[in-house]
Amino acid sequence: MRFAIELHSVFKRFGAVTALGGVDLTVREGEFFGLLGPNGAGKTTLISIIAGLARADAGRASVMGHDVVADYRQARANLGVVPQELVFDPFFTVRETLRFQSGYFGIRRNDAWIDEILENLGLADKAEANMRSLSGGMKRRVLVGQALVHRPPVIILDEPTAGVDVELRQTLWRFIERLNREGHTIVLTTHYLEEAEALCGRIAMLKGGRVVAQDRTADLLKRHASAYLRLRVAGTLPGALAARTPAQAGGAYRFRLASFDEVDTILAEVRTAGLHITDLAVETPDLEDVFLQLMGEAHA
Amino acid sequence: MKPQSRENAGGSGFPMLFYKELLRFWRVAAQTVTAPVLTALLYLLIFSHVLEGHVRVHPDHSYAAFLAPGLVMMSMLQNAFANSASSLIQSKVTGNLVFVLLPPITHVEFLGAYVLAAVVRGLTVGAGVLAVTLLFAVPPLAAPAWIVGFAVLGAALMGAVGLLAGIWAEKFDHIAAFQNFFILPATFLSGVFYSIHSLPPFWQKVSHFNPFFFMIDGFRHGFFGQSDVSPWLSLGVVAGCLALAVGTLLVMLERGYKLRG
Ligand SMILES: Nc1ncnc2c1ncn2[C@@H]1O[C@H](COP(=O)(O)OP(=O)(O)OP(=O)(O)O)[C@@H](O)[C@H]1O
Ligand SMILES: [Mg+2]
Repeated sequence: MRFAIELHSVFKRFGAVTALGGVDLTVREGEFFGLLGPNGAGKTTLISIIAGLARADAGRASVMGHDVVADYRQARANLGVVPQELVFDPFFTVRETLRFQSGYFGIRRNDAWIDEILENLGLADKAEANMRSLSGGMKRRVLVGQALVHRPPVIILDEPTAGVDVELRQTLWRFIERLNREGHTIVLTTHYLEEAEALCGRIAMLKGGRVVAQDRTADLLKRHASAYLRLRVAGTLPGALAARTPAQAGGAYRFRLASFDEVDTILAEVRTAGLHITDLAVETPDLEDVFLQLMGEAHA
Repeated sequence: MKPQSRENAGGSGFPMLFYKELLRFWRVAAQTVTAPVLTALLYLLIFSHVLEGHVRVHPDHSYAAFLAPGLVMMSMLQNAFANSASSLIQSKVTGNLVFVLLPPITHVEFLGAYVLAAVVRGLTVGAGVLAVTLLFAVPPLAAPAWIVGFAVLGAALMGAVGLLAGIWAEKFDHIAAFQNFFILPATFLSGVFYSIHSLPPFWQKVSHFNPFFFMIDGFRHGFFGQSDVSPWLSLGVVAGCLALAVGTLLVMLERGYKLRG
């Protein structure tokens, strides 16, 4: 199986700052991959190295098997990148911007696909508008469009939903999911963890320039996050139960669950104690727990 | 859409980058073409009016006729430089250079697109300046091949130097400094407004280290059929400088100097 993206012990320093401290990472063809990490973790630096916008101090990177330095033309032809920074050329219209980008990849007469991109990104009525006149969210859509003009097998989106309204987020994800179904490999960075959890089959977490976890999303959740049972009772918990959880204000308790079967046992004990339950909820594990836990651990 | 593996597909990005660079200056032709033509016209009006009768460079030609080709060349060189330098620094400062850095454009294609667009801008301005100078004086046309040759080579050299400056600079001020401290003095001291034979011997020698002197002198040779030094020498100097600039650029691009962190 070919890897869409492959990184081998990639190092990158900026002066005294080690932006990447030996990153190994593989993204398989057809995956929807999440690259997560706090501000300054090195996500954008990593993407820049894959895209050839920056050079690694050491290590190797390849796109669809093409080394990003030695075989840069093939590597770049196979890659579409949506940059994190909201950049644009104020001289031109939306359609011109997309045509230029297409032409830079050596593809002329690409208007049918450009129209489809415009349509899918809700830009059809802005096609002839000057870039300068667009709102921030609209400019972001054009950036996404520019990454897609050459139908790249691998698409990297660096925080494509920062500062973007709910509607575009949904349209954008629908479009990107469609591209993924059609065979495109998608790599995504975002600070919206629910987004990553819902979309990404596999996730790498980066902290301080190192990969602290790289696994299937489901496995990460299983391994690093737990479900909780939230209870509010009228009265005091029996000693055995109270020992499991710190008491919270107003008779509220939060039990960490090793498995959902424990709900049964906890509730049985509450009933045996003759306590009345006033509120109950089960919290399922989410990526935020995983994230916080991993970031905490990596710190220690 | 099906992802298209681009193993064999995809032509060159050069034509589109070249076209974009042309469009970029043509969209604002009032600043990039009309303004420099007007500036040259002012020089011609003032200098030829003030100096006519005081300076005689050629026995058979008016000072205005001597000045005109120099002004044409000076405008071409300055605008070729400005075109690539300002395009690049603008793209760097606004960050949209990334659109050109992401595609599989080779170093030669990148260099070629910027330099050729600079040549087109230079020749366009040069043609405009030539047209207005003809209202004042019609210089002879002794050897048109030299005219075309020095125009194209000179504009290419300055387009390449502009690209060098644009890559090196980190803000607009750097380009302005480059223009004010190198380009402007070198053009003024190149013999646009005088023949270097009217200079003291020491300054004549100094002029021979100024590539602008050779560009202007060779260009002017095409009009008058005579020049301060042989046009072949000038051609050699200009071609040598161009080769040096292009070579330096290719090394810089290869290393990603200031463009690819
Ligand atoms: N050009 C640069 N010069 C100096 N330092 C840099 C440069 N680019 C990145 N850095 C540093 O490298 C580290 C990683 O930055 P990077 O932009 O890759 O983080 P990130 O994970 O993308 O963060 P964010 O979520 O904020 O986008 C940071 O400490 C940053 O300050
Ligand atoms: Mg970033």
